[in-house]
Amino acid sequence: MGKTKVKKMLFILSKATLENVYAAFVMANGARMEGIESEIFFTFFGLEAIQKKKLEHLHVATVGNPAMHMPTMLGGLPGVEALATKMMKREMEKLDMPPVGEFLEILSDSGCKLWGCKLAIDMFHLERKDLIEELDGILTIGDFYSRADEDGTHLLFI
Amino acid sequence: MDLTIAGIRLDVTEEGYLTDVSQWNEEIAKEIAQKEDIELTDKHWEVISWIQEQVKNEVALSIRGIKKSGVLNIKEFYALFPGGPLKKATKIAGVPKPKSCI
Repeated sequence: MGKTKVKKMLFILSKATLENVYAAFVMANGARMEGIESEIFFTFFGLEAIQKKKLEHLHVATVGNPAMHMPTMLGGLPGVEALATKMMKREMEKLDMPPVGEFLEILSDSGCKLWGCKLAIDMFHLERKDLIEELDGILTIGDFYSRADEDGTHLLFI
Repeated sequence: MDLTIAGIRLDVTEEGYLTDVSQWNEEIAKEIAQKEDIELTDKHWEVISWIQEQVKNEVALSIRGIKKSGVLNIKEFYALFPGGPLKKATKIAGVPKPKSCI
């Protein structure tokens, strides 16, 4: 197998639906496991994934998600989103996928840098104490671009 | 693919993983580690035997498993086997490359 040219993966996570959060986490962790650097910049709704009080209560989207194969009207009924989330979490557990909080610990211990977006944090009136201990800092988007400091860096918006 | 490690002719995968775990011995481990720029310490050996034990018991290896292992934590794991720790540790331990994405 050839040696990858990817040296560093920078992810911008802007959404808080379970499927998007896990996509970012699995890719960021997968990078570290391959010896590739990785960092995640949490912005807008992505901030829910690093808020202590919210991170274990993220849901899958049942409305506006054609891949759920469920009529939109049904997806919007009370409890449907919670049920779909419960089912998905159960499947994830079977595959030994860690819950959000534990996944963040794993990422941090693996050397994946975790950053909060300053603008979005101000907009949602969040304080440092609302966010997980593992957070490496609060950055502007400009600061985050400056993290792309070597050849083979890729930036992905989720 | 054939490869001679520690004076023994071994069958390995394209990426250098032993195809027959029973061929593994400590000399082979040392030589594979050397190629990966790793000098094996007591802690490395402890991790290697833990990995072999897991594989023997048919437990799928993952980074989460390392966290729960009680042998070492994830930070130590990355420090012991820099740059792709699970891939390198399994290669040195003579077990198949893990198929998990996590």
